[in-house]
Amino acid sequence: MKTGDLINMLTTNIEAVDHRQVSRTLAAAVAGGAVIALGAALIMLGGRSNIRSDEALAFLIVKLTFAVAVTLLASVYLTRLVRPGVHWRGWMALVGVPFAGIVGLAAISLANAPALHWQAMFMGDEWLECLLSIPIIAIIPFALVIWAVRQAAPTNLRRAGALAGVVAGGLSAAGYALHCTADSLPFVAVWYGGTIMLCTLGGAVLGPRLLRW
Amino acid sequence: MSTNEEELKALMTAGLDGDAAAYRALLERLSRHLRSYYRGRLTRVGRGSFEAEDLLQEALLAIHTRRHTYDRAELFTPWIHAIARYKLIDYLRRINSSRGDVPIEDVGELTSRADHDEVESSIDLKRLMARLPVKMQWAIQYVKLDGLSVAEAARRSGMTESAVKVSIHRGLKALSAAIRPEQKS
Repeated sequence: MKTGDLINMLTTNIEAVDHRQVSRTLAAAVAGGAVIALGAALIMLGGRSNIRSDEALAFLIVKLTFAVAVTLLASVYLTRLVRPGVHWRGWMALVGVPFAGIVGLAAISLANAPALHWQAMFMGDEWLECLLSIPIIAIIPFALVIWAVRQAAPTNLRRAGALAGVVAGGLSAAGYALHCTADSLPFVAVWYGGTIMLCTLGGAVLGPRLLRW
Repeated sequence: MSTNEEELKALMTAGLDGDAAAYRALLERLSRHLRSYYRGRLTRVGRGSFEAEDLLQEALLAIHTRRHTYDRAELFTPWIHAIARYKLIDYLRRINSSRGDVPIEDVGELTSRADHDEVESSIDLKRLMARLPVKMQWAIQYVKLDGLSVAEAARRSGMTESAVKVSIHRGLKALSAAIRPEQKS
């Protein structure tokens, strides 16, 4: 084929292009993922029962704030990253801020508690459930976000995959928070933070395979 | 800012708004820049101008089907350079060549050189088209190759106008994927 013939074909009867399409598709995928993650957590695991106490409510808010902050920061960065040639390295560090925040809070809480309680604070009664639930609930939101990223043009597939993992892990953690009764900051730092990292790692491994174009 | 950046960006923006003449001028200029870029890079791994033309056509299809990812608030040169480079690295990986062969270049380097010496690529559009679902083939044949209006194509194929548009969009994306040969492992 001659390149001139290809150009003829591509430029015949073109339509105007909506430049907001990229962010709109990604936003729709994140919103859809949020509905699925919250719904899956409430239907499969059930909402937490003791929400009436102030302490339980405070912990629910901390968990949700962490998960939502992670999701939003990663989504905004991902929206930039899927456009070729657009970068702002600062965002990479910014996505780490909620993680640093929760680890800081966990350290303060540990410093104010006797060492005897530390193990209970870290492990709670439901660490295994958390470890399994967050990655499992993250699968469908991850697929949605990957689908949206594929509609754009990521040029760093590993990083885009990793960020899709962060978004999916964050959404899933928000859903799981509605069920989880382990009210300790070290628990949230290790098991919420850790499982989101696990999703990030999974995304980084799958990204180059799922996102090529 | 170079004049190339300003001129190319103006053409791109007009093209995104639906100006076919500006869009054609853009793709013609880009094909000369990309030809020079790919020929220079592929010589280093022992490939010639035919492979470079294949890669150039693959890149043009990618540019076309992903043109909605260009953000008008940003410079155009980094966008086109990122796509050209992504397609080059993807190609080198396919032929099992090390990425170390890709030098770190200046973003402006791509648009500073041009090569008019066109050769025919090994890509057979008719053969690639034959692999698409038949509705996509009709839509692309009528509207993009025969130059019929979307309304006329809809009448002839019995599809709705929006189905014709969707078929063109999906068909070109499918062509863009098919033009890229499978990875040799």
